[in-house]
Amino acid sequence: MKPPSWSPVLIVPLLALAALPAMAGATWITLTVAGVTMGVMLFLMASGLTLVFGLMDVLNFAHGAFVTLGAFVAVSVMGALAGQAEAASWGANLAALGAAAAAAAAACGAVGWVFERVIVRRVYGSHLRQILITVGGLIIAQQLILAGWGAAPLHVGKPLMLRGSISLAGAAIETYRLAALAVGLVLFALMLGVLNRTRVGLLVRAGVENREMVEALGFRIRRLFVGVFVAGAALAGVGGAMWAVYQETVTVAIGAEMTILVFIVVIIGGLGSVGGCFAGAILVGLAANYVGFLAPRLALGTNIALMVAILLWRPRGLLPVSKS
Amino acid sequence: MTGPLLRLSGVQTHIGRYHILHGVDLEVPEGRTTVLLGRNGAGKTTTLRTIMGLWRASAGALQFGGRDITRMETPDIARLGIAYVPETMGVFTQLTVRENFLLATAGGRFDQRRLQGVFGLFPILEQKFDQTAGGLSGGQKQMLAVARAMLEPCRLMIVDEPTKGLAPSIITTLIEAFRLLADAGTTILLVEQNFHLARSVGDGVAAMDDGRVVHAGRMADLAADEALQARLLGLSLAAHQ
Repeated sequence: MKPPSWSPVLIVPLLALAALPAMAGATWITLTVAGVTMGVMLFLMASGLTLVFGLMDVLNFAHGAFVTLGAFVAVSVMGALAGQAEAASWGANLAALGAAAAAAAAACGAVGWVFERVIVRRVYGSHLRQILITVGGLIIAQQLILAGWGAAPLHVGKPLMLRGSISLAGAAIETYRLAALAVGLVLFALMLGVLNRTRVGLLVRAGVENREMVEALGFRIRRLFVGVFVAGAALAGVGGAMWAVYQETVTVAIGAEMTILVFIVVIIGGLGSVGGCFAGAILVGLAANYVGFLAPRLALGTNIALMVAILLWRPRGLLPVSKS
Repeated sequence: MTGPLLRLSGVQTHIGRYHILHGVDLEVPEGRTTVLLGRNGAGKTTTLRTIMGLWRASAGALQFGGRDITRMETPDIARLGIAYVPETMGVFTQLTVRENFLLATAGGRFDQRRLQGVFGLFPILEQKFDQTAGGLSGGQKQMLAVARAMLEPCRLMIVDEPTKGLAPSIITTLIEAFRLLADAGTTILLVEQNFHLARSVGDGVAAMDDGRVVHAGRMADLAADEALQARLLGLSLAAHQ
């Protein structure tokens, strides 16, 4: 088995360059930044799902519940910290947003831990049962959130200093998008650091490729899996929080809506591949923004068409993990 | 040590609906190299995987160092001091050679003396230390798999068909590695269809057929008895002489 080639990732800049002649330069910059930002938030939501599948072959259709929970927790925290969010101070605004994201991560991590112990642990090795029980888990989670927060859409304003936009080469770029981009890139870099520079990360990478051999070397892969599941749920929560503030409106359907996109990202990237997940997320974000601008009627089908095209080209995704 | 290091008594293993091991009785003496021979499908790999807990014994008992390991989880069995090199080699192709080695070290730190010993035996691995293991040839991957098992002291090394499909020069290197391990007092349980290697390194031999051990004794006795070889191993042995 040859090591994976990173060349398929070139599709991402190629897509961006291909869109350039079809629109004005300033529009292209705006849409590209928007697409990359959307992609980074999608990556946060999807990264845990791809690792959970890669490490333990678990299909978790309830992953979207963590996105929803993260979004609602963030809205509540932002509401409680309205004073800081409305203050004309970068520090107070970022503290409010950071607290919302941290609370979302903590709540989703804790619920993720319970979810793994109570539900997922019972269905290892059976994809059909995983699908049935996690879809059930998603429905129950949605109902619990409805019971807790009510059915009416919740509104949340962006922190004061993150409203509006800045001008870059004649293009208007929303300030919040830049902040979300920065948060996403920092978390991506942290994740890469953990995966590539720590012993735990080494075990995760090895476990994704050959779980059995990691156990035969004396490591308890299930403990590792619980950690990855909790971290993945927490990241989904952060993604949900950032997405909720970006959209400024939250409904209980947010998780289910994002689940479809998240699965598309994971499949495009290659199941179990963090690098592929990142590339897939950026690709989905860019395609959604470019097509939404150039051919709005086609926007709904863009992601499915993109996934089909990628799978026809590379049936196992952009950067598949080889299983041995 | 009075008893064997590893003892299997009446071990049966099912994989799904299939009954693979039908009561394996096997003893592996400490400090010796025991070779498990048998035709394809005899149950050799299943026996090794059952010892490692990768497949659960449905009946019978396994003891290691006098301790019952029948119901133990794989990581706990490995931590008793058993190094395992599977038939598929178990090399992590997306990690570097260094990272493959690190996974086998205690606490993620190399014992430099042992590392240099491994490099002395397999110099190519030192040259490719920071390269991805997926780029190694089949023989180099097998070297990596065996070398990884040699990085930490172990009480028992279990190796499943290490020479399958390898060039003669690499087989010679592997024979040297197993001899060094044996000289250092390591107990080895080796599944091998290459009788040249089996005879070179084995002290004891057990032959399997249809999920049972049908013969156990000294390798020297089997090597000297062509009629017994033909009866136990038939064409699969003749092909490798």
